[in-house]
This record gives sequence, C-alpha cells and structure tokens, in this order.
Amino acid sequence: MPRSIQGRLGAAAASGVYGGLALLLAALVGMFEQFAKRPILAPLAGRGEPVTLDLVLLLGGLLVIGYLVARRSAGPDSIAVAKPVPELAAGLAGAAAGLVLALYVLTASRIDLTGILINAKPFLVDFLSLGGGAGPAGLARPVLAGLLLALAGAGLALLPDRWRPGVNRGLMAVVLLGTLQSVLTRQVDWVTQSRRAGGLVAAVVDWVYANKGVAPRGVLAILALALALSVGVRPLRAGLERRFRRLPADQQVRSARLLRGLRVTLLLCLLMWLPLGLGTYPSDVMDTVGIYILMGLGLNIVVGFAGLLDLGYVAFYAIGAYTVAVLTSPASGIGLGFWAALPVALLVSIGFGIVLGIPVLKTHGDYLAIITLGFGEIIRILAISDALKPWLGGARGIQLIPAALRIPLRRFPLVGTMDPQLQQEMYYPILAAVGLALYLAWRLRGSRYGRAWMALREDEEVAEAMGINLVGTKLFAFATGATMAGLGGALFASKVQTIFPASFNLLISINILVLIIVGGMGSIPGVFVGALALVALPELLREFSDFRLLLYGVVLVIMMLNRPEGLWPTAIARRELSSKEAPSA
Amino acid sequence: MALLEVDNVHSYYGNIHALKGVTVSVEAGEVVTLIGANGAGKSTTLKTISGLIRPREGAVRLEGDDLSSVPAHAIVARGLVQVPEGRGILGRLSVQENLEVGAFTRNDKPGIAEDLEMVYTTFPRLRERRRQAGGTLSGGEQQMLAIGRGLMARPRVLLLDEPSMGLAPILVEEIFAIIQRLNRDQATTILLVEQNAKAALEVAHRGYVLETGSIHLQGPARQLLHDPRVMQAYLGA
Ligand SMILES: Nc1ncnc2c1ncn2[C@@H]1O[C@H](COP(=O)(O)OP(=O)(O)OP(=O)(O)O)[C@@H](O)[C@H]1O
Ligand SMILES: [Mg+2]
Repeated sequence: MPRSIQGRLGAAAASGVYGGLALLLAALVGMFEQFAKRPILAPLAGRGEPVTLDLVLLLGGLLVIGYLVARRSAGPDSIAVAKPVPELAAGLAGAAAGLVLALYVLTASRIDLTGILINAKPFLVDFLSLGGGAGPAGLARPVLAGLLLALAGAGLALLPDRWRPGVNRGLMAVVLLGTLQSVLTRQVDWVTQSRRAGGLVAAVVDWVYANKGVAPRGVLAILALALALSVGVRPLRAGLERRFRRLPADQQVRSARLLRGLRVTLLLCLLMWLPLGLGTYPSDVMDTVGIYILMGLGLNIVVGFAGLLDLGYVAFYAIGAYTVAVLTSPASGIGLGFWAALPVALLVSIGFGIVLGIPVLKTHGDYLAIITLGFGEIIRILAISDALKPWLGGARGIQLIPAALRIPLRRFPLVGTMDPQLQQEMYYPILAAVGLALYLAWRLRGSRYGRAWMALREDEEVAEAMGINLVGTKLFAFATGATMAGLGGALFASKVQTIFPASFNLLISINILVLIIVGGMGSIPGVFVGALALVALPELLREFSDFRLLLYGVVLVIMMLNRPEGLWPTAIARRELSSKEAPSA
Repeated sequence: MALLEVDNVHSYYGNIHALKGVTVSVEAGEVVTLIGANGAGKSTTLKTISGLIRPREGAVRLEGDDLSSVPAHAIVARGLVQVPEGRGILGRLSVQENLEVGAFTRNDKPGIAEDLEMVYTTFPRLRERRRQAGGTLSGGEQQMLAIGRGLMARPRVLLLDEPSMGLAPILVEEIFAIIQRLNRDQATTILLVEQNAKAALEVAHRGYVLETGSIHLQGPARQLLHDPRVMQAYLGA
C-alpha cells in the first residue's frame, strides 16, 4: 500500500524525536560529562580549545540522524512508495531531534531536576544548548544545529556510491584515532624507547596528532587516505581478479593454495610477534580477549550449535580456575605445577558438566536456562561460603597462583633487551588454547555430531526420529563447552594469580552470551568479531567501561532490530534472511 | 519369521486406549499398507513400532528380537525408520543438511555418499534445490525430502505415515509411483500408512484395515481392493 508523503515526513520527524531522546538519555546517564576529558580534534592553528569527544558525539549524533533518515527515504525507487525529498526529511528529523534537546534545556533551566536525575547538572544545560544558556539562544541553537547537521548528514548520504564508503570510513577513522590518541602515543613512546626502529612510526604519529587531538593536517591526510583506498582499491582488485580468472584451472588452484598458505603464515608470525611488539598493557588486553574468545567458542557450541541456552556457563570457568588455584597455590600445600594441574582441572570441569548435564538436559528451553542460571550462582556461593573456606579461601580467594609459563623470552634474537612481563608470557598459552578450541569447534561443526546438534536445535522430536540420542548428544555439547570454559578458567587463574568469587559472577555468562549474539549465533568467526567489538574496544577506551552494560543493552537492542543474524552470520541465518526478503518482491 | 512383527499390541495415551490388540507383520521385500479413518490409530501403531510410545501389552519384534527395552534412537539404528506424519522437515537447514541428518546412525562415509547420490537420482528436484532451506520447499518437495531422508538411514523397513497428505492429485500419483519404484528397484521394505485407500492398495502387496484401535480386515491388497466392505467404507463406492 503506498504511503503518503505526509506520512513519510511524519515518520522522519518521529525518527528525529527518537534520536533526540537517545542523545538526551546519553546525557542523563552522564556520558557526555565523562567524555569531555578526551580531546579528538586539535583547534585550527593551535589556538583555542580542542574539540572533545562529548561534542563530537552530540554533533555526530545529529549528523547520523540526518544520514540515516536520508538513506531511508533515498532507497531504491519503487512505484508503490511515494518519497519525499531526502534533504527535507533529514532536515525535519534533525530539527526535531534538536527540539527535544531544546525542550530539555527549557525545562532544566527553570526546574531543578538534580533531585530526580543526578546528572541533570547545570553543565548539561550549557552543553546541550551549545553554549546558548537558558535564554532564546539556548532554544534556537540546538534546533538550528540539528537542522544544519542533519542536512550535512543527508549530503553525505546522497554522495555517489563510488565516494560514500571512503568518506564514511575516513570520518570514522578520524574519530577513532582521536579517541585512541593516548593509547597510541603511549604505545609509540614505548616502542621508540625499547627499540631503534620506532623512529619513523613516531614521526608519523607526531605529524598526525597535535598536542591534544588530531591535528587539522592529520584530519585531511586520514580523509584523503581513506578515500584513495576505497576508490583506488576497487579497480585494482577487479583487475587482479580478471587476471586470475584467465589462468588455467590447475594454476588457479595452486596459486590460491599458495596465497592461503602465505596468508596463514603471515598471520601466525604477526600473532606470535604481537605481545613483544606492543608491550605489557596491550598484551594484557589481548590475554583477556583471548580468554573470552576461548569461552565464546565453547558456549557457541552449547548455545549456537546445539541450541541449549546455558546461563550458568561461568560455573565451569570458576571450576577450572579454582581447581588450578587449589592445586598449585602454596596455600593448600599441594603445590603442583600448572601443567600438572591443568588436566585435573579439565577433568573436573567435564565431570561437573556431565553431573549437571544429566538431570538438566532432560528439561527444555526456559527450564534449562533457569536451572543453569541457578547452577552458576550455586558454584559462586559455594566458593564464597564459610564451609569451604579452608580450601577455597572464602571471599578473600586464593593468592599466589604460579604462572603457566616462565619462558626465557630474552634469549630470542628479536626480543632484544626488554624484560618480558607475565602478561606477555601468558599470551602464548592462551593463543595456543584458542587455536586448539578453534580447531575443535571447526571440526565438530562438520562432523556427525555437528549435524546432530543442528537437528536437535531445530526440532528435538524429528532429531529423535532420525536416531539421534538426545541426552547423549546434548551431554556431549555440554561437556565440550565445559572443557573450554575450564581451560579458560585455568589460564585466567594463572594469569591474574589471585582469584576471588567476585570474579565469577553472572555477568561473565551474560557477557559471553552477548558477544555470541552480536557476532552471530552459531558462527565461529562471529565469536572473534563479537569479542573484539565487546571486549577489546571497551578495554581500550576506559571512559566507556562505566557505560559498558548500557552499551551492551543498546547494542543488543539495535542488533535485534536491525541485524538479528549477527555481524558475521552463519549460512543458515543468511539463508533465512534472504528467503524473508525474497517473497515480498 | 517375518522381518517385522507387531504382536497383539495395546497402547495408551494416559487413559485413552488407542490400540486394542493390533497384530501386523511385514516380510522382507514387501509393501504392506495400513488403512483406516481419522483417529483409527494408524500413527499410534507407527509410533509404537518406533519406540516413541511403549505398548502396555504385546510386543514389537524385528527379526524375532523384542524391541521393548531398546531406546527409540537405537531402534532407528537397527533399521526401523519412520517418515513422520507432517514430514518433520528441519525448516532452516538446507535440503542437503536434512539428508545428512538422516544418515546420522551410520558411519560409512562412502556408503553415505553413494546413498546421497541415489536419493538425488530418485528425486532430481532435490538435487536442484540442495542448498535451499528445507522450509521453503513446496509441500510435494518436502514429502520427497522426508522420504529421501528416511532412505539415507538405509532402512530395513521404511515406515511412511500418510505421504499423500495435503498433496494435489498429480503429486499423489507421483509419490505412489516413487514408493512402488523404491520397492521394485531397490527392494526397500515399506510399511505404508494411508487414508487414500485406493492408491495405497494399488501399490501394496498386502493390506490391513484398522478401525478404532483394532484390525478389522486383512489380506492381499488386490483382494481388499475388491472387498465390498472396503469399497463401501473407504473407496467411496
Ligand atoms: N498425544 C495424544 N494424546 C491423547 N490422545 C491421542 C494422542 N495422539 C493420538 N491420540 C488419540 O489416539 C487415537 C488414535 O490417533 P492416531 O493419531 O493414531 O490416529 P490416525 O489413525 O493416525 O489418524 P489420522 O488419519 O487422522 O492421522 C485418536 O483417538 C487420538 O485422538
Ligand atoms: Mg495419523
């Protein structure tokens, strides 16, 4: 049914209102105040104050509103739908978003809201009115800014397809590089200190960044580079592909294999070098990400492959960690080495997986989720309990857990004179564990059991009619997942060297589940994408960590609405999506 | 001794006495049909054979072995494979994945590949659509997929529950022709449950008529086809 142009404009204005409310919400949870400390863009000619992240997000948000609304109303032509001019729709949406902010300014400058909303401080009135204050200027400025920025966003959205991706990526790269300035410069300082080769990198970084924020010349250079890459790479790649297709078939196969081998070797070398090249703090982040990937791969087998919603996954992580801790810490007097304790930890995790699995896996869906949730809490409460305090240390946990590896890294030729820290050493066993888990997950997915998991996820009755032993097959998934979590826990204990019950709360289970959902349920590469997006990024951007849960929520809602199949969907999810879109044509 | 024997079986749903002493036998290489009206207990008989429902009295035997203590999934592994009523296609999985799931009980890779080829030769339409999601197939194609998936288990007896349900007459004909071909060319033993009595009796060697939980008539299919009681009740004559 065709919709009228008025209706479409109304929808655009509504989108603007929602966008404005989202910005207001971000303001009221204190996000902008927090971000005001991070400079992004250096002032022109070095005078004045740098543009900080809060302003970039506010103005960028208005721009994005215009961009999205314009993209939507400029979509592919169809006779059934009447479309307004995209600029008109975008401008309307931007003005509506600005109006929402203006209304807040009007209210908050007359009524004291701080009693209800802690963050409704005078600072916000000043910030959201863009310096206009409580007067008429404070009302006009946000609306005007919304209008103009949304129009700019619409202009971006209407760029020809050839240019648009490059410009978008360039703008995002500027914001990202600005945000990462402190991390990057710290990194570069460290490299130049520890090694001579860093000089060139340091020079480039110095050129791009001003004292605070990306320098104007840096902005131009980044934009130009992004544009050149996206415009220039496409014909280059097309040409290469054409050349490749002209080769004889056997040569195609051979060169494709060679290329793949080369790529894998390069990737491995890079992965081996990373902790030595980047230093302690990035290694620490990579360790954490690695452990999350390990557990994500395991939970993905349970939830993604077999469809068993396990909300108590953290229990197996805790069991692995505590087993290693008890067996290796001097406090218990057993005093095994890590490698001797590891197999025990894995066996204990599998054992708990099976013991819990047998009764639980006879239940379905919601019940399974609730029982596993309870199990996770029981394990944590046992760890904190007085009864087990002599062994598990109660709330104070277990200290002095020895590290898994003490590699004499210093003897290797490339390492040079630096003194490797625990975080850098732990990276290697974690990398190996992730490699192993990846291989296992990948082989299992293609096996009979992989297919059996898929079948019982889709329909248990049919699976049973196909001769699949439901309890046995589920138990296998559960135990495999438990092993990977146990391994993750063992490595975690050895990495942090002190564990307490508080490190094993429900939130860990939720985090892993969220990263699987964001990456794409059942998708193995999705686990990596999800972990990078949800663990690595917040770890690098410390201001965000206060809002991590809020961001998880927002990301989840957006994903469920716009991309329920995840960032890197499985073939099944892709198929489902295409069949959903096809019939309407 | 018959390959499959259902011996005086009584099955219940709670207090509902659904099967009241049903006796059916199937010899190797036969097509046997079980016909009857809605609610007669045809599906219940097949479920009892597959071990999804356990009889309170009587026994199901495969080559003389009592199956009463064999779990349902192990019964499939022994070669009693059911193609359920309503087909039970795994809608989000591709056609090929559905077929592969059918071969779950087997471990011989070359044999599985061979049977996959056989199924695709029997149902060329499935080969064309092997990457398509099972749920997007037409009703007739889904029935073909369900039968093909049953064949992937290399059944000793294939148990078909109303394969003609909900299909257009021309497709019904095609499905029955395929059933006949499977039996003739590959010596597949089939127990066929049907409401479409005429078509079923035309392809079967022997038949049983089930009414409210017990067998009322049985005999060679041709004979039943001309039996006045059957003609009146089931053939609309
Ligand atoms: N799950 C169940 N719970 C209770 N009663 C059931 C159940 N399934 C079947 N019945 C009853 O058992 C009787 C036999 O059902 P059955 O499904 O075997 O019939 P059918 O011969 O296959 O019929 P149709 O041709 O309609 O498929 C019916 O009276 C039915 O209502
Ligand atoms: Mg039935």
